[in-house]
Amino acid sequence: MASEDIENKEYDALIVGSGAGGGMAAYVLATAGLKVLLLEAGRSYDPVKETPMFNLPKDAPLRGGSTPEKPFGFYDATVDGGWQVPGEPYTQGSQEKGRRFDWWRARMLGGRTNHWGRISLRMGEYDFKPYSRDGLGFDWPISYQDLAPYYDKTEMLIGVYGTNEGLENTPDSSDGVLLPPPNPRAYELLAKKACDKLGIPVIPSHLAILSERLDHENIPQKLFPDNKLAQDVTRESMKSRAACFWATPCGRGCSIKANFQSTTVLLPPALATGNLDIITDAMVREVTVDKKGKANGVVYIDKDTRQEKFASARAVVVAASAAETSRILLNSKSTLFPDGIANGSGVVGKYLMDTVGAGVGGQIPALENMPAHNEDGASAMHMYMPWWLYKEQLRGDLNFARGYHIEFGGGRSMPGAGAFGGMGDFTEGAYGKDLKKACRRYYGSFVWFDGRGEMIPNDDSYCEIDKNQVDQWGIPVLKFHWKWSDQELNQAAHMHKTFAEIIEGMGGNVTTTVQTDGAKAIINGGAIIHEVGTARMGSNPKDSVLNPYCQSWEVPNLFLTDGAPFVSNADKNPTLTIMALAWRTCDYIVEQFKKRNI
Amino acid sequence: MSKDKTNLSRRNALRLIATTAAAVPVIGCSEKAAPKVELKEDKAATKPAVKNLDAPKQTLARGTPTDPDLLNPVVPWEMQLDARELAVLAALCDVIIPADEISPSASSVGAHHYINEYVSAPYSNNKADLVTIRGGVVWLDGESRRRYQGPFVELNESQKNAICEDIKWTRNAKPEFQAGARFFAKVRVLVSTAFYTTEEGMADIGYVGNRPMASFPGAPPEVLKRLGLES
Ligand SMILES: Cc1cc2nc3c(=O)[nH]c(=O)nc-3n(C[C@H](O)[C@H](O)[C@H](O)COP(=O)(O)OP(=O)(O)OC[C@H]3O[C@@H](n4cnc5c(N)ncnc54)[C@H](O)[C@@H]3O)c2cc1C
Ligand code: SF4
Repeated sequence: MASEDIENKEYDALIVGSGAGGGMAAYVLATAGLKVLLLEAGRSYDPVKETPMFNLPKDAPLRGGSTPEKPFGFYDATVDGGWQVPGEPYTQGSQEKGRRFDWWRARMLGGRTNHWGRISLRMGEYDFKPYSRDGLGFDWPISYQDLAPYYDKTEMLIGVYGTNEGLENTPDSSDGVLLPPPNPRAYELLAKKACDKLGIPVIPSHLAILSERLDHENIPQKLFPDNKLAQDVTRESMKSRAACFWATPCGRGCSIKANFQSTTVLLPPALATGNLDIITDAMVREVTVDKKGKANGVVYIDKDTRQEKFASARAVVVAASAAETSRILLNSKSTLFPDGIANGSGVVGKYLMDTVGAGVGGQIPALENMPAHNEDGASAMHMYMPWWLYKEQLRGDLNFARGYHIEFGGGRSMPGAGAFGGMGDFTEGAYGKDLKKACRRYYGSFVWFDGRGEMIPNDDSYCEIDKNQVDQWGIPVLKFHWKWSDQELNQAAHMHKTFAEIIEGMGGNVTTTVQTDGAKAIINGGAIIHEVGTARMGSNPKDSVLNPYCQSWEVPNLFLTDGAPFVSNADKNPTLTIMALAWRTCDYIVEQFKKRNI
Repeated sequence: MSKDKTNLSRRNALRLIATTAAAVPVIGCSEKAAPKVELKEDKAATKPAVKNLDAPKQTLARGTPTDPDLLNPVVPWEMQLDARELAVLAALCDVIIPADEISPSASSVGAHHYINEYVSAPYSNNKADLVTIRGGVVWLDGESRRRYQGPFVELNESQKNAICEDIKWTRNAKPEFQAGARFFAKVRVLVSTAFYTTEEGMADIGYVGNRPMASFPGAPPEVLKRLGLES
């Protein structure tokens, strides 16, 4: 692009945020031929050039361990982020235990997709109609069938390994969509053996990692049968991605582009169309409206000059991550929308959800003194346990209504900060040659199990604008309110009990405290970093913000494509659904443009 | 187009090019942006991807604590411990992880320097640990003199072990040795991290990963056999 002013260009669509939802919107809209401007609050970032793939822990400060500035460790790809972002505070409605919501953000091109866990699970039929099943929470206005084709397309585009197992509410992908899963590790097979006896299924995990190169000859054609531009840029992008080489931790990012990051998979082909411009270091403050009540652009803070700027487009797509998206809507006040744009229902900010998390660790004598062998693999799970007690739950045999899946780890991974830190207590104080022998013996014999469960939306969990505080960009900040219900607390206690049973079934010993009190087992709101909701879709403008196409009921050229439209938060990690939903929404936007409705 | 655009617009354009530069050349689609980029990339490629205190700044990373240069890590804080304290810690490191037939001792791979780096860090936990470690070093030397009339570094192996036996585990150390035991526990944690994150420590326990492979083999047959998992 020549260097004339972006502000003088006319854009069809303006996207706020470049993570999972914004990146997907940029890709779908730019390949469809729309002129797109994307504003990203963080800095430009290139995993290909910036990722320390093979660096050892000892090359980094504190062996790469976590600090207040880098909560997931030095090498974690997060830029200017964490549960605190410098200069961008948020507040809590209550300091009581269990009432806080900790908000994780990343300020970088590609958002949290640069360092996410890549676990990519589809929501199932029940997950879209939870109210119909048990009378709690709310139904989505769409069904699994509406999203299934987009799950297929998203999985084909980003590359997801896994298998089809035909299990209840654990949807299969269409034939030929998934890549083959990697071989399991020893501890994963041992856990499977124990789980078989307990009736818990253990199946290949679904991760957005290329176990093989993508079929660049055929997939682009399947994704975009009638769109040569989309095919071309997608083919080039797919060609540039290598298969995983089963080494190096994914949380640093992947310079060979084997795992999914918005910055390697979505933004490059979108830019290659020539239809996308990106401005980084642009912190959006509010969406503006014209006299007729249509969105006409956004006001953003140029971080370099610290001054407000305006950018305009015919349609506005907000994907700043769920709570931040609601913050932007709530801060977009005008005479037409005194309570924030698109908020006639008063639902913006409401029904904030995270995933329920609880974990238990153990040590497995059978895994001691193993011959040295490589267990790196995809640097994350090769297998996992989907929720299995649907029948019991429906019968009312459990004291909580929704399911959880189990993520687990262990094995002979690379020792990092904290390596063998627990060995002193574990051996009742070994030192000297005894300590060295113990480390050899026990290395690879520790396992941990983490539950990831569904939270039912409630009236006490929401965010609003704090009237008394602004951030360093002069933008009013969010205040969070949070409360778990007994549903989540009972579920967390059930997790602990189950994990202890699995560990014992493996012939092992639990090394952490097993809580019977769910309030002690459950991890803080926000800690699992799967926040969704706050601007839900629905079938009625009175109690929802968006229609089933993530289009604002009140402002027809305003769309949301991140986790904000979620009506419920199934135990399935949300990002695959965010992307599938974003793709569907953007197809709809393109259609609306063609029909000249926008 | 007229050349006298505002500064702002030029900067926007530059930013855009930087962004495009970051993303496009790798898929080989942008004739316009590519030449500008290659220059930058050439420079970046010559930078060593290892720890190097004098390394030039990355083009993209800002080098702040929340956005450090990941390819060229630096420890930005001053070290707090002096040579005498480090000598005591080195000796204690080697009592905790001595050389044996499989691997060298902790101090020979610099474990005491890692402890210095750790307790010198500007965060509240680390500052608290600095107090524990410094106080512990004073106590250890004092105890050595009380028992054996010499500083810890000059004690023989059995004398060092005799003291360490009394402080090896907080849960059964006598009341008068509780503070010493807490110090010992902290040092053991730090030495373990220091030692097992080096190539020597990783080799010792049989960590054989971080090597690119065409396919992932999964658990080897002898491991499956020992676990009773062969199919
Ligand atoms: C460590 C970690 C592990 C995770 N693991 C998984 C997993 O295994 N599976 C899974 O499904 N999910 C996982 N997640 C969650 C996943 O990252 C998020 O669900 C997903 O990235 C959300 O996409 P998004 O587009 O809504 O937000 P993001 O990816 O966060 O992107 C939002 C972008 O918007 C920008 N932005 C914010 N505010 C503004 C503003 N005012 N103006 C302009 N730009 C703005 C941000 O800088 C950011 O780049 C994980 C998250 C973390 C942190
Ligand atoms: S494990 Fe594979 S996908 Fe992950 S960073 Fe390494 S090469 Fe990339």
